[in-house]
Amino acid sequence: MTSPLQQKIKITGPSIVTANRTWDGVVIYRTASNGWSTDISNAAIVRTADEARALLAESVADDVGAIGAYIAPVEIKDSGEIEPGNLREHIRSAGVTIDLPVPA
Amino acid sequence: MYAYDEIDRTLINERVTEFRDQVKRRLSGELTEDEFKSLRLMNGVYLQLHAYMFRVAIPYGTLSSEQMRRLAHVARRYDRGYGHFTTRQNIQFNWIKLAELPDALADLAEVGIHAMQTSGNCTRNITSDQWAGVAPGEIEDPRIWAELLRQYSTLHPEFSFLPRKFKFAITASEHDRAAIKVHDIGLRLHKNADGETGFEVLVGGGLGRTPFIGKTIKSFVPGRDLLSYVEAILRVYNQYGRRDNIYKARIKILVHELGIEKFAQEVEDEWLQMRDSALTLDDADVEDIRSRFTYPAYEKLPHMPDELKKAAHEPHFEAWRKNSVALHKVPGYAIVTLSLKPVGGPPGDATADQMDAIADLADKYSFGEIRVGHEQNLALPHVARRDLPALWRALDKIGLATPNVNLVTDIIACPGLDYCALANARSIPIAQELTRRFANHDTANLIGRLHINISGCINACGHHHVGHIGILGVEKNGEEFYQITIGGRADENAAVGTLIGPAVPYGEVADVVEDIVEAYLALRARPDELFIDAVKRLGVEPFRERVYATR
Repeated sequence: MTSPLQQKIKITGPSIVTANRTWDGVVIYRTASNGWSTDISNAAIVRTADEARALLAESVADDVGAIGAYIAPVEIKDSGEIEPGNLREHIRSAGVTIDLPVPA
Repeated sequence: MYAYDEIDRTLINERVTEFRDQVKRRLSGELTEDEFKSLRLMNGVYLQLHAYMFRVAIPYGTLSSEQMRRLAHVARRYDRGYGHFTTRQNIQFNWIKLAELPDALADLAEVGIHAMQTSGNCTRNITSDQWAGVAPGEIEDPRIWAELLRQYSTLHPEFSFLPRKFKFAITASEHDRAAIKVHDIGLRLHKNADGETGFEVLVGGGLGRTPFIGKTIKSFVPGRDLLSYVEAILRVYNQYGRRDNIYKARIKILVHELGIEKFAQEVEDEWLQMRDSALTLDDADVEDIRSRFTYPAYEKLPHMPDELKKAAHEPHFEAWRKNSVALHKVPGYAIVTLSLKPVGGPPGDATADQMDAIADLADKYSFGEIRVGHEQNLALPHVARRDLPALWRALDKIGLATPNVNLVTDIIACPGLDYCALANARSIPIAQELTRRFANHDTANLIGRLHINISGCINACGHHHVGHIGILGVEKNGEEFYQITIGGRADENAAVGTLIGPAVPYGEVADVVEDIVEAYLALRARPDELFIDAVKRLGVEPFRERVYATR
């Protein structure tokens, strides 16, 4: 399988790097301070392919803490709020769109 | 029930110890994800959108009440209080933590449950008819052969790295409830002209990106030759199956490209070299397996006990009985299907509390035994007919007496984009909306037998190709769209459905299904002409016209 770093990177707008936390699988976002956060509002924003490649490279380097890092599109609202850029990422960020059989 | 022997127990316990060590090394960084991935997949551990998913095998769909309670425990202790029964007689937990997985696996191992070969390019869980051993007219209990295949294929060194995953299904009834024609190998037990029991062997069935109905490669293989014959098939596949293209790696592609005659000849040539090898089963081998299956001590009971006569005046009970209760091979007993398709609920999900309650009901009414069907429902296989009213009341209290088995709201659906990393579109909300649209039981009953199958991507875990109405989620410019097929079926007359037209957006799917159903009600030749028969008679055109005329 091709490493994420070997794949062609093409971004068309603001993007972030997201992954899942290794020990429990929780969705996480790469921050600007070389760490991870479960809150998308803490995600580092990249706007060029080079920036995205660099952020992805440092994310993938953390093989112990995170699994499956990849670049995902986001929207930046006028308020500065970061919102997922597609339905898949919205579901990853906000959770399933259905009521769980057992309420949390 | 099949009782595991010391070899099975040792194997399962050793696997827990191995996996605990592997997880420990992964979490410490000693193993990279690249190194660990194949190891976790060998134990049914996937990474999904929000978390790890843990797939647990329920071989040939048979569970004891003790095992069901342990599944409930895992759901409650390690997950979020529920599990999802799949189309391959597995159960999946959607929120499990990697760090806790070894403990969950250890807890399951105590009752003989494991997750081996629920993923990876190996022989997957051997599936069978959920009514195996109790269905009237069955040749014999197919689970004996399924168990032989399970033992044969578990950790088989030659077939642990096949070109792609490999699925067996087996039935011994004329009516196929195991969908054998859409499996890599489908086995149908029957008797030949001499009265000898053996197998019709089908090969190359499958769904996914390229659906094929399995073809008969040999109409009769004696039981003694079953293992050598399937080994010959696996060897030919292992040698010639494509490894350069994951989309062309399943045996169905090889069979299609070679042609069934050429493929059959390759298998025959291979088989003749090994037919009389150590794989030949003698009667003692089969009897040894058979002897480890225990069957209930049935009583002599009336077919129409007073309890049933009295309850027949209760319309809700009768509605449930008519579509949830099936004839049993033993007079006075019944097979009861437990619908996991409540109106507005996710198909196939059961809460830990429901699982515990089902286990209690199995102990009280079904000799402690439960079955899991590929339609994502459960069954109690040995219920005395006198107990049906009491069982119904108990099931109703826990939300498991929805009278919709085989009706339009008995929907098969994959987890879809709400959970699955492969999905393009959501499946569960579509199913939920459809169950609300057709919630009225009288309407559903008027429509009659109608299977809706929904998949959130082309991988077809919801078996959309073989739904009477199939719904496939696709993504178009970031939006969810759905292709609709009609005329598919997964039984002994298995067929792949026909696309009726362009994909429709998420918000229109339920309307489209309503249009199709209304067209059927208007066009059917008589009230008992089933939807699937009407489609066969009429073709898709009248349905296409109805759906797209105003769109």
